[in-house]
Amino acid sequence: MSEKGGRLLEIRGLWIEGQADEDWVPIVKGVDLTLDRGEVLGLIGESGAGKSTIGLAAMGYARDGCRISGGEILFDGIDLRAASEATRRSLRGRRIAYVAQSAAASFNPAHRLIAQYAEGPVRHGVMSAAEAESDAVDLYARMRLPDPESIGFRYPHQVSGGQLQRAMTAMAMACRPDLIIFDEPTTALDVTTQIEVLSAIRDIVDRFDTAAIYITHDLAVVAQMADRIKVLLRGEEVEEADTRTMLATPSEDYTRSLWAVRSFARAEQPPARDATAVLSVEGVTAGYDRLDVLRDVSFDIHARRTVAVVGESGSGKSTTARVITGLLPPRMGEVRFEGTPLPPGYRGRSRDQLRQIQMIYQMADTALNPKLRIRDLIGRPAQMYLGLRGKRLEERVRDLLSLIELEPDAHIDRLPSELSGGQKQRIGIARALAAEPRFIICDEVTSALDQLVAEGILRLLDKLQGEFDLAYMFITHDLATVRAIADEVVVMKEGRVVEQGPKADMFQPPHHPYTELLLSSVPEMDPDWLTDLLERREAGGAGAGAAGT
Amino acid sequence: MPHVLRMIAQRLALGLVTLFVVSIIIFLGTELLPGDFAQQMLGQAATPETVAALRERLGLNDPMLVRYVDWLTDILRGDFGVSLANGQPVADLIGRRLVNTLSLALYAAAISVPLSLALGILAALFRNTLFDRFVNASALTSISFPEFFVAYILIFLFAGAGGMFPSMASLRGDPGLGEYLHRAFLPALTLTLVTTAYMMRMTRAAIINLLASPYIEMARLKGISPMRIILRHALPNALAPIINVIALNLAYLITGVVVVEVVFVYPGLGQLIVDSVTARDMPVVQGVALLFAGAYVLLNLTADVLATLSNPRLMHRR
Repeated sequence: MSEKGGRLLEIRGLWIEGQADEDWVPIVKGVDLTLDRGEVLGLIGESGAGKSTIGLAAMGYARDGCRISGGEILFDGIDLRAASEATRRSLRGRRIAYVAQSAAASFNPAHRLIAQYAEGPVRHGVMSAAEAESDAVDLYARMRLPDPESIGFRYPHQVSGGQLQRAMTAMAMACRPDLIIFDEPTTALDVTTQIEVLSAIRDIVDRFDTAAIYITHDLAVVAQMADRIKVLLRGEEVEEADTRTMLATPSEDYTRSLWAVRSFARAEQPPARDATAVLSVEGVTAGYDRLDVLRDVSFDIHARRTVAVVGESGSGKSTTARVITGLLPPRMGEVRFEGTPLPPGYRGRSRDQLRQIQMIYQMADTALNPKLRIRDLIGRPAQMYLGLRGKRLEERVRDLLSLIELEPDAHIDRLPSELSGGQKQRIGIARALAAEPRFIICDEVTSALDQLVAEGILRLLDKLQGEFDLAYMFITHDLATVRAIADEVVVMKEGRVVEQGPKADMFQPPHHPYTELLLSSVPEMDPDWLTDLLERREAGGAGAGAAGT
Repeated sequence: MPHVLRMIAQRLALGLVTLFVVSIIIFLGTELLPGDFAQQMLGQAATPETVAALRERLGLNDPMLVRYVDWLTDILRGDFGVSLANGQPVADLIGRRLVNTLSLALYAAAISVPLSLALGILAALFRNTLFDRFVNASALTSISFPEFFVAYILIFLFAGAGGMFPSMASLRGDPGLGEYLHRAFLPALTLTLVTTAYMMRMTRAAIINLLASPYIEMARLKGISPMRIILRHALPNALAPIINVIALNLAYLITGVVVVEVVFVYPGLGQLIVDSVTARDMPVVQGVALLFAGAYVLLNLTADVLATLSNPRLMHRR
């Protein structure tokens, strides 16, 4: 093996094609990539940029429906394209390992964590099963997993997402590979959990001097992890530079636009003056079985106002939405619409009460019936709530399509599968608008979208709010979205409201300690951010640091 | 573990309720059968008086509800009644035949279950190859023909001129194991051919269904061999549907073999129920039907329990 600093991976003129119906279309177009031993390269770009495809190609692997059609992939001098499948298999897991985005889906549900850890080293003949298991405990401890002695004997469903992600990184380290591909390892995690995983990954990669390709769409994250950054757009390289240069002086417009997407902020709204709120949640306690998920939750939302409800997963944000819509009747407290208490369950509500409260969902993919055409998806609520028929219904659907900035003639007869992710989310918005509501719950509506597309959705929601005097409740875990669109913020933790108030107050100290923890956990573009943050937290004790000081 | 025991107890209780409902349906069903046992037994020449006397003696004139309750309470005491045709206890009649039917079912299952699992796994491993297509086509062909047709083809091939195996699977003279396997070979082979396809195709489909999962891709990226990926990563997660289809087929091997038994003149429960229906021998018909229902309930229960045991998410709570 060569010394540190020697060339480990060299990809030249890589072309990869994907199958679309009968044709093969290029999805990676002549990308070059080099990586030295012990170096971390960040691959960044929006979805469809070909990041994961390139990452997998570095293992000589193409997913079903994809094929590597041109170029050279040299791993430590071995030509992966020319090598036999057996050779590639002997490298995978042993010298090149992979960490997937969703650890929950990528661990086999049928086996214990430690058995999955040991499988690679044992199969590759690197260690015996007993050696692998004791090594696992060691690496679990290094990844700062709780109870490293016993956690491996759990099944994946018994372990939280952040812990699974660390267990998977440990598993990738099992054979002490030369190279690890990290494919969006923290995208599915809360900001607070993300920090733990990021710092654990960084430590272990440093400790074993492993080279890595770190794939993400989050620039601030890659800034913490990578020595060098390569920006990709639709399968082609935009530019590449070392991290600090790239952050300070990106040379391409596209890169600058990626930097700029967090810049959208809606105009300051005057404080609410109208006496009664459109929607009030008053002292709501609710839950499933015997478990209370919400405890004494109260807040108001006024017309033309956007209230962002933030918190980690499990904090009760979505349960609050279920109580408001009547899907989950509360045990105590009530929901009022324009001052009038709403019946607790949706079955007890009148059609007009149902019409006034609409919802937009995170996954437009699953929230739209794939068999219905846009005409019917948007038309049905207009027909059901407003009794529109025939020509008037058609006109209404066309108006709504114009409102969401989709050309009516081109889109009215399409199926959801014929739309992009952003367009589907627009249809979700039009469907909510079709009922002519006063209040809309937006449940993580931008978290599944690329930043540029997400920004378009935020702008649209902002415009519609002004036009129709809408009140929004915006459920999100992304504080950048909060900064962009909220007037007021409600911070939730473990089913309680820990802080609420105007956005300006929220983002200024003093904060509640939990708000402080959330705010300080949002990655920043500064490459030293994670290091500094960890030092500060170290100094300030194990927790979130002192509140407001 | 305790919740598995609780589940078994719940399912057993539910099974008993099912059997109770089935007993009502069986009783009503046999009531609806046209014809009258007394008339059948005494023949056309019987005078109305003798028919009426016999009906009275057999208790056929009691109200339906009374007869149902009598029948059910007797069964709960373990008494299945007496055959109207030959006066033998129904339990004895069924007992002998049950052993024969179970032997044949076991024989067929011992071939078809391992065979279909192996073929299903191999078809999944070599999916979309010639091998896969050949196995699928053969399996589909064999279930597309009616059982009696398959049976006659096998008789033609193996029992005709060459005479390798007997076409009549008589069990007269208490054959030993080797002789039994020889005599019952053709019925067992027929049953194998008609059941293998379902189990093979379900095994193949259940495995292939999982091959797009992220954890299968993960296994590939760990450098695990394709065979091990199928056996260790896909199969354990595909067990529930496979176990279910095996249980259904085992139930079929016990309860659905009427045609095959008739073709091969094999003295099993199928033959018995056909003969008893012809003779309007209701106690025997009812007893066999209840037994069939019990077999279904028990096998499905076993399948559910095994499917639960195979799923760590149900076995090991958070």
